[in-house]
Amino acid sequence: MIKYDSLKEIVKRARSEHCTISKIVLTDQAIFLERNEEDIFAEMKKTLRVMKESISRGIKNQDLSISGLSGMNTSLYESYIKSGKSICGSILSKVILYSLAVSEQNACMGRIVASPTAGSCGVLPAVITALAEEHDICEENQIMALFTAGAVGMVIATLASVSGARSGCQAECGSAAAMASAACTELFSGSPAMVENACALALKNMLGLVCDPVAGLVEVPCVKRNAVSASIAISSADMALSGIQSVIPADEVILAMRSIGDLLPSSLKETSKAGLAVTPSGRSIAEKFLNDHALRP
Amino acid sequence: MNIFDMIGPVMVGPSSSHTAGALKIASVAAHILGSTPQRAKIHLYGSFSGTYIGHGTDKAVAAGLMGFSCDDERIKTSLVIAAQNGYEYIFVPVLEDGDHPNTLKLDIWDAQDKKVSITGESTGGGSINICDYNSIKVSFTTKSHTLVIPHKDTPGAIASVTGILAKQHINIGSMNVYRTQKGSGAAMIIETDQLVCNELINELKLLPDLYDVIFISAE
Repeated sequence: MIKYDSLKEIVKRARSEHCTISKIVLTDQAIFLERNEEDIFAEMKKTLRVMKESISRGIKNQDLSISGLSGMNTSLYESYIKSGKSICGSILSKVILYSLAVSEQNACMGRIVASPTAGSCGVLPAVITALAEEHDICEENQIMALFTAGAVGMVIATLASVSGARSGCQAECGSAAAMASAACTELFSGSPAMVENACALALKNMLGLVCDPVAGLVEVPCVKRNAVSASIAISSADMALSGIQSVIPADEVILAMRSIGDLLPSSLKETSKAGLAVTPSGRSIAEKFLNDHALRP
Repeated sequence: MNIFDMIGPVMVGPSSSHTAGALKIASVAAHILGSTPQRAKIHLYGSFSGTYIGHGTDKAVAAGLMGFSCDDERIKTSLVIAAQNGYEYIFVPVLEDGDHPNTLKLDIWDAQDKKVSITGESTGGGSINICDYNSIKVSFTTKSHTLVIPHKDTPGAIASVTGILAKQHINIGSMNVYRTQKGSGAAMIIETDQLVCNELINELKLLPDLYDVIFISAE
């Protein structure tokens, strides 16, 4: 059984068994959950389909969230891409569009897959789906990539945390970026060592990110942070696939994330007592929201 | 922890703690009551009190009381569905200073006016801890199969339950007994490794010192 306390160990095992990380994780989880591999694979297939549904619904969505802060961004960005003016090119603009779509679905009480959390649910589905569409990647490979992403998430949850309340946004969007970057690297036939590097590169670029949501809601800045985290996931995977290595190995980056999280004051860990939440605009949105809903005593 | 804790759960947004976790607490309360509550008064503490409307916590609680699962898209319209069915669910935010965990206190009544009171904390990522059951301080999470058994605080009550479980090869993973004071209301919270079937629950219900037997299967 895998202990999920070291990505290096998982990589070593995949290398010695000459197979992908996803394959050894699928086998391991079947043993752990006392279910057969087909059954677990089928459940992951269902999960992937919910992810895709959240993308297509998010793109069609016309509703605003209860606060009115989200729901309009996906269609704005979609029209912009269609106009042909996007500076990002087809893959990256699709990644941005899809992550906005899923995050806005979440904000508007649509059905999503927490991956690893609801607040960071836009990253992984966007990266996998955009790449699969642009590069004709079959569904089976996409499903397997979710096992690699999940393994990275489990190592982060074991060594550190995936909770914004415990370690800030670096633990939510940061973990999502590391997971998506790992998945993307395996999708492009990167070696297990490249997967490890992609994970390290992505998380390194998210370190220190605080959780400072306006009015305590999973909307500002979360929706757009999902889109940018997905972009970081793609660029990190691209670097790893080129052979670029992270000087600091993934396990050590994860431990650094944990210690940075411990050093962050609680005002920057989901309590909305600092950062963007207490800017003049952030405060006035929060005040208005409380007054509109008569939540002031 | 398994792979589906990281790639999952499938849920209606926006927040695992403020939406999915809140729904789970409410659904445990309704399950203990035994039917859909006709009336409910819900006190919201911690960050629930200031953000519950924006996070749809009220909708999630109404959905949980009506037995919806946390990926049910009817959550978004659950308050309307509750009103259409004539259910009266009232939400009371309690704005207090100081750090509270996100906590819900639910007082719920069935059609016969039987009342159950449950307090639960949403501890993050959709996980919950039930910390009060009808004014008895308890602690359980529903991550395992759980038997909730209010009983008379008298010798033999506990042995009679464990005896029957042992005979049916139900292994007890953990067991705690809580009471308000000596000789008054008490509750056993038993986590089991196996599902407890209805037949066995009915057999337990025949025991003289038990007031009720509720089985909650693991999430």
